Amino acid sequence: MLSTFLFWFLSVIAIAAAIGTITARNPVFSALSLVLNFFALAGLYLTLQAEFIAVIQVIVYAGAIMVLFLFVIMLLNLGSDSKDAIASKLQMGLAIIAGGGFVLMMTRIFMIQLEPNKKQSVLMNGKVEKIGEWLLKDYVFPFEIISVILLASLVGAILIAKKYKAH
Amino acid sequence: MELADIGRILATILSIVGGLITAAAGMVYAERKVAALIQQRNGPNRVGPWGLLQPFADVLKLFIKEDIVPSISNKFVHFLAPVISLLVALSAVALIPFAHNIYIADINIGILYTLAITSIAVYGITLSGWSSNSKYALLGGLRSSAQMISYELAMGLSVVSVILLTNHFSTKDEYLRLSSIIDAQTTVWNIFRNPIGFLIFLTCAFAECNRAPFDLAEAEQELVGGFHTEYSSMKFGTFFLSEYINMFMASAITSILFLGGYHIPFEGLFADKINPTLLSVLEVMMFLTKTSFLIFVFIWVRWTLPRFKYNQLMNIGWKVFLPLSLLNLVVIAAVLLFIK
Repeated sequence: MLSTFLFWFLSVIAIAAAIGTITARNPVFSALSLVLNFFALAGLYLTLQAEFIAVIQVIVYAGAIMVLFLFVIMLLNLGSDSKDAIASKLQMGLAIIAGGGFVLMMTRIFMIQLEPNKKQSVLMNGKVEKIGEWLLKDYVFPFEIISVILLASLVGAILIAKKYKAH
Repeated sequence: MELADIGRILATILSIVGGLITAAAGMVYAERKVAALIQQRNGPNRVGPWGLLQPFADVLKLFIKEDIVPSISNKFVHFLAPVISLLVALSAVALIPFAHNIYIADINIGILYTLAITSIAVYGITLSGWSSNSKYALLGGLRSSAQMISYELAMGLSVVSVILLTNHFSTKDEYLRLSSIIDAQTTVWNIFRNPIGFLIFLTCAFAECNRAPFDLAEAEQELVGGFHTEYSSMKFGTFFLSEYINMFMASAITSILFLGGYHIPFEGLFADKINPTLLSVLEVMMFLTKTSFLIFVFIWVRWTLPRFKYNQLMNIGWKVFLPLSLLNLVVIAAVLLFIK
């Protein structure tokens, strides 16, 4: 009863905040809606007994990434979007590709039918100790690969941001 | 859950929050008295005996002052910012164990929850800076967000070193619980096992609380009042209140992580011989003594050290504390592996 209520309550907030993120004219409000969305998602994780994921969601996304987003938005002093900005053809094409990919992914996820006992094991994976074991024992190789990819993108970002000096 | 249970939880929450707000008033008084002591003045001594009623007079004054909102500010966010600040400061207290049986909640991801709460505290300051539509407030908000991001990493890494120690010394098996972290310190406090971690954590706590020598977000000489320049009346009071509650929280967390929390030295010798209620009372007093001492250190440092420059702050955060805390973590992990 309570969990059903919480699910609907948090879902409505999450969806409303997500819509707010893409419709708000002011980038600061977009960022704030996104923060609200992250909090609602963290609440949904909590109802699934995935406390660790929920807290990490808050620490990493709400606490670090969105603070940096806000910082950049405020630093550049971005004003409200003008109403008649029209997306270019390239943007529209990319949006269609990304949206199509998202729909495909979601249909694949919804097609998965979990057996009841498997559902239980998925829930148990929210525990910190279990996640630690999985990341550093069973899936240590993909985990390390991801960290290398992140490092590469970090180096790339610095390289792009840095102005080249002519030799 | 029974109705009586909900009633008891609500009563605990109300008494702890009420006590915290009163404690904040006491801390304001302590700050002014210690500042006066350090600067060889008398400090407040007119309102009530020894000036003890000064903070209450100040709060009364703040309440009856006019609330001025800048005309071209963002009114909603301007109102929201102090609310976020106070809400975040107060919600961190939910996990603080005052004695082995006095707390609002003891959850299995305790220390992570605390880190999450401190990491979102920056929104109150950043948003107040942005919504005021004033260059001083905006600069204060920007500085604050950059500062908090920089110091959170070193802080998190020193917490990780504490969790490694907890893993090794605790008799319980959920190492992120605050009660397990205290349990691991029954023989030796973590400050002796991990002194570098303690220093890094305490310094980062100064930065996270926006206290001198890291109070760049409200550097009076450069930014008028920093992020709260455009706030008046009780909205300003709310920022003030949450700053002191944050200071209390930082001291409480530091005492839990490094000074054994509510644990009394040599408690094992007499714990089972005395009345359990008396033991709880003694533990609360022990915890408050440790926390008060750390609050005194906060005040002491504020009135002793000059403020850092912005570039110095960033340099120390990224080039000194981050590598140092990483090194500390590796050394502790290696030692623990060796003595296993």
